[in-house]
Amino acid sequence: MALKRSLGEKLFDASNVFLLFLLSCTTLYPFFYVLMASVSDPNWIVKTRGLILWPEGVTFEAYLMVFRNPSIYTGYVNSTFIVVIGTSLNILMTSLGAYALSRQNVMWKNPIMFGIVFTMFFNGGLIPTFLLVNDLGLMNSRWALILPVAMSSYNLIIMRTAFMGVPVSLEESAKLDGANDFTVLFRIVLPLSMPVVAVMILFYGVAHWNSWFNALIYIRARDLYPLQLILREILIINSTESMMSGVGGLDKMPVGETIKYATIIVATLPILCLYPMLQKYFVKGIMIGAIKG
Amino acid sequence: MSLMREKSTGVPVTAINKNAFSYRAWRDLKINRYVYMMLIPVIAYYFIFLYLPMYGLQIAFRDFSPGAGMLGSEWVGFKHFESFFNSYYFWRLLRNTLLLSLYELLFAFPASIILALLLNELRSNRFKRIVQTVTYMPHFISIVVICGILVDFLSRDGLINDILAFLGIDRTSFLGESGWFRSIYISSNVWQSVGWSSIIYLSAMSSIDPSLYEAARVDGANRWKQTFHVTLPGIMTTVVILLILQIGNFMTVGTEKILLLYNSSTYETADVIGTFLYRKGILEADYSYSAAVGLFNSVINFTLLIIANAASRKSENNLW
Repeated sequence: MALKRSLGEKLFDASNVFLLFLLSCTTLYPFFYVLMASVSDPNWIVKTRGLILWPEGVTFEAYLMVFRNPSIYTGYVNSTFIVVIGTSLNILMTSLGAYALSRQNVMWKNPIMFGIVFTMFFNGGLIPTFLLVNDLGLMNSRWALILPVAMSSYNLIIMRTAFMGVPVSLEESAKLDGANDFTVLFRIVLPLSMPVVAVMILFYGVAHWNSWFNALIYIRARDLYPLQLILREILIINSTESMMSGVGGLDKMPVGETIKYATIIVATLPILCLYPMLQKYFVKGIMIGAIKG
Repeated sequence: MSLMREKSTGVPVTAINKNAFSYRAWRDLKINRYVYMMLIPVIAYYFIFLYLPMYGLQIAFRDFSPGAGMLGSEWVGFKHFESFFNSYYFWRLLRNTLLLSLYELLFAFPASIILALLLNELRSNRFKRIVQTVTYMPHFISIVVICGILVDFLSRDGLINDILAFLGIDRTSFLGESGWFRSIYISSNVWQSVGWSSIIYLSAMSSIDPSLYEAARVDGANRWKQTFHVTLPGIMTTVVILLILQIGNFMTVGTEKILLLYNSSTYETADVIGTFLYRKGILEADYSYSAAVGLFNSVINFTLLIIANAASRKSENNLW
């Protein structure tokens, strides 16, 4: 890189930096807008036309209303429950499957693997799965959001690839000491594969937190709604009216606007806080998956 | 342990036929009993939640009513398929699905390659990391939030219209007009996923042998030529494989996103098989008909995926 750059090269480098800077701004601006708008004076937001670069008349009124809203609260609790229980089950099931299918000399390994990979190509689809969940009596239960997605074949393959990288000699010497496969998995293979476990926790956790479609079709009772369904009501179906209990007359519309923005921030905050960590591990996860192809 | 000793000698030591299937199966079950114990919940999951619905697909060939049960419902053969193929919706759904996939392929697919190439040319590693961190972020934001922001920004008095009005252009209710749907869907897809999809190309670029660049420089190639003759050929295998896989998923479009963005005034361009299934099957409870539509979609998907997979395996071995 010590070579002298020509004028054309310098020009290219400058415009490249500028272009990517512009792209970054475009990516960030919507979130920045939402954040600024959420802490601004609602009346100002309604009147303002165009880009916002700073908040005006800073107020946290919208956040107070969001926190006082019972459905946001139950949504948060339900989503947290689904993320914690769902992800734990995911990790348990995926580790068991990945370990078993990464062993050598297991006679039925390949047929079972085929049976699993086949479901990545073909499955019953929406309606038969919906009817099955109904028949199992899971309708309108939080378990309908956990059990049908108890593991993912794609993640199973990633974890299996990682487990295959654990030296066989460790397993063999543990077995000589009388350890069985459960001990080998939980005492040797899993502790040695913590990076991939972290990737899995994040993959599954984010998927659970962000998921909404299963809740849309399986959950009827509003007090069982996960946060994303509540968000959909507020942001998409535009039912901010339901949140406005206690606010009189003319204030209704403006506050509704800022409540939307505050809700977005509140619902995205857990992800944004974890993001620096997420980014590192997600990239690692994609790489492990990519090696497998 | 006894397994290994027998393996090392390679010859059966007793009169029992150790190659007999039943003997091998029994010995395998004994040695790997814990492994199979671990597989019980996994197999149970796949059986219940993935294979039972496949069995349930037979309602596509019956007139299913929840009261009569699956096997009690009358067998009607291809009736539902025929009525779907002859319906007004069929061509509209097919056209919308294929066009959205095609535009995705034309715009989103190259965008991530271009971004990776631009990132690769950056001289400052710190700036590169910052751009990556920023552009990956929308990938983690829930689709409900993304669509919520879209709905807000694209509304008649939203941000986009404010900017247009400032420039003297008339306000439009973007999400209410079918002419705008595809552009909105594709451009927001690019916005959300361009950074994330570039990861795989960047990793392919990082594994290109640096001596190739050196040799190119010695031969007097400038950076433009290096990009075309070293970087692009270096990632070509990855590009081809991803292209093939994308074609394998041609019938799969973002149903969840469309469900959040469309409305009855944009069905003409926005309605796809997935959203139609949701309305017919879940909302209207027309189970057999929807199962038939879903099966039709799955079969095409399956065929495309099988072809794509075979092609990608072939290209990995001998295309380049």
